Amino acid sequence: MTTRTVTYIKGVVFLLALSPFLVLAYRFQTGNLGTDPVQWITHFTGNWTVYLLLASLAITPLRRLLPALGWLVRLRRMLGLFAFFYATLHLLTYVFLFSGFDFSGALVSLRSGNMAALREQWAAVWPTIVDDLKKRRFIQVGLASYVILLALAMTSPQWVMRAMGGKLWQRLHRLVYLAAVLGIVHYWWLVKKGVLSPLKDTLVLAVLLLARPAYRLLTRKRTVRAQPARTAA
Amino acid sequence: MLIGKVPEFKSSEITPREKFLNRRNMIFGGLAAAGLAYEWHKKMPPLYTPSVLAATKLPTVPGKAPVVTDAVTPQGKATSYNNFYEFGTDKADPKANAGKLHTRPWTIKIDGLVNKPQTIDIDALMRYRPLEDRTYRFRCVEAWSMVIPWVGYSLSELIKFADPKPSAKYVQFYSLADRKQMDLPSGFDWPYSEGLRMDEAMHPLTLLTFGAYGQTLENQQGAPVRVIVPWKYGFKSAKSIVRIHFSDSQPQTTWNDMAPEEYGFYANVNPAHSHPRWSQAHERRIDSSVFPRTVPTLPFNGYQNEVASLYTGMDLNRNF
Repeated sequence: MTTRTVTYIKGVVFLLALSPFLVLAYRFQTGNLGTDPVQWITHFTGNWTVYLLLASLAITPLRRLLPALGWLVRLRRMLGLFAFFYATLHLLTYVFLFSGFDFSGALVSLRSGNMAALREQWAAVWPTIVDDLKKRRFIQVGLASYVILLALAMTSPQWVMRAMGGKLWQRLHRLVYLAAVLGIVHYWWLVKKGVLSPLKDTLVLAVLLLARPAYRLLTRKRTVRAQPARTAA
Repeated sequence: MLIGKVPEFKSSEITPREKFLNRRNMIFGGLAAAGLAYEWHKKMPPLYTPSVLAATKLPTVPGKAPVVTDAVTPQGKATSYNNFYEFGTDKADPKANAGKLHTRPWTIKIDGLVNKPQTIDIDALMRYRPLEDRTYRFRCVEAWSMVIPWVGYSLSELIKFADPKPSAKYVQFYSLADRKQMDLPSGFDWPYSEGLRMDEAMHPLTLLTFGAYGQTLENQQGAPVRVIVPWKYGFKSAKSIVRIHFSDSQPQTTWNDMAPEEYGFYANVNPAHSHPRWSQAHERRIDSSVFPRTVPTLPFNGYQNEVASLYTGMDLNRNF
């Protein structure tokens, strides 16, 4: 795989990962967000956070399965940053739409330049958000997952990695597993009992996480078996 | 030999003498019943052909209910965004899958502590009282709400007809659970069941509902008959009812059994009592606007004047 081809593929993947946002923006503009737009946006941004996080976690197992796909690692940071991007949209949706914040009312106030009304609306929902953070565990794990993604995004540029040193950087970025698990727990804790919609994502994450120890186990066996053969020769 | 064969029948098949002599009375009895049925029929003439199916216009009279001035939710939104888990757990599922539901023939079995246990045909039930237009606010436990013009009459009319025994304290509704017509996702204990205290069920606002927007209910709205209890969260308003059971103790209800800390038996709309996972202080009002406004939720969904007296002396935070 030449560098130019990888650059080209990166461009395509960038557009693919951006396309959900374009769909969202287009639907927002055309007023085509379904009957309950707040719920639609919340689910849409939450789902794409998980999908992109899973995509970034799939890269290492894929490379080990097919060594020819080694170049995939060059897509990983971009996928991770897109996961962070959708997580940010998800968080903003929660704060400005889901919490009870009157978004349409706020837009009207904004257009008419009525800043006092905006402040009032904010003051009205702030206690709800604080209450959520104190009481609701699905909000707590969701926010914890977001904080991890934020830390990983902040430390994603090359120069930060160099400044941190590879070991420390890698240790920090292993937290992505925790972020993914917390994200899935967040999903299970928010759906009604009996609703199984998080199951598919959970299974994919389980496979991706188990692939790692499974690979380590396999390679260790292979080296153990290989050693006596070498001494005999 | 063949010619001489005696016809074979058991002695038990011989009509008893007294019945033979009374055959005329039996015929008269039958005629009298038919006549009564005819009289009843004249009093309440059929409003439409009995083979009515979905989306049939219903003749209605103005309803006896508090006037709701809020803008009515467009019919398209009210019939495409539904929680009807028998057809799937996504809110778009009921519209996509409820076409399989056959709403005729349909009967409602009334049993338990009543003097007149019986099975009633849906068309007879629809003709029993004039159908009223009643526009109610509808508040889902998930913090969205609609304003829907329902069509029906007070459930109390049917309850009075069934004549409950004094020992009957609760009314339980069973929804249809038929795997041939419904998806019935796993993880739930089907059939769906909901219940009300007798005084709640007898309250004039509690509507035995056959239609909405001036026509019969769409299947995804709970056709052919459901209840609407406007001061409670939507899940209390059982859909596609096939059985109404009267009992002396608080009945099993689907969501309360599933997650008692989230869904109380009373489930009165109460902005002061949060759901464990979200605040109930606000609701997203689904109307004709593209982006729903967030409006404050009212105690008893705005029907405080009518129903608050049912709960005097009760701790509504504990009995949520």
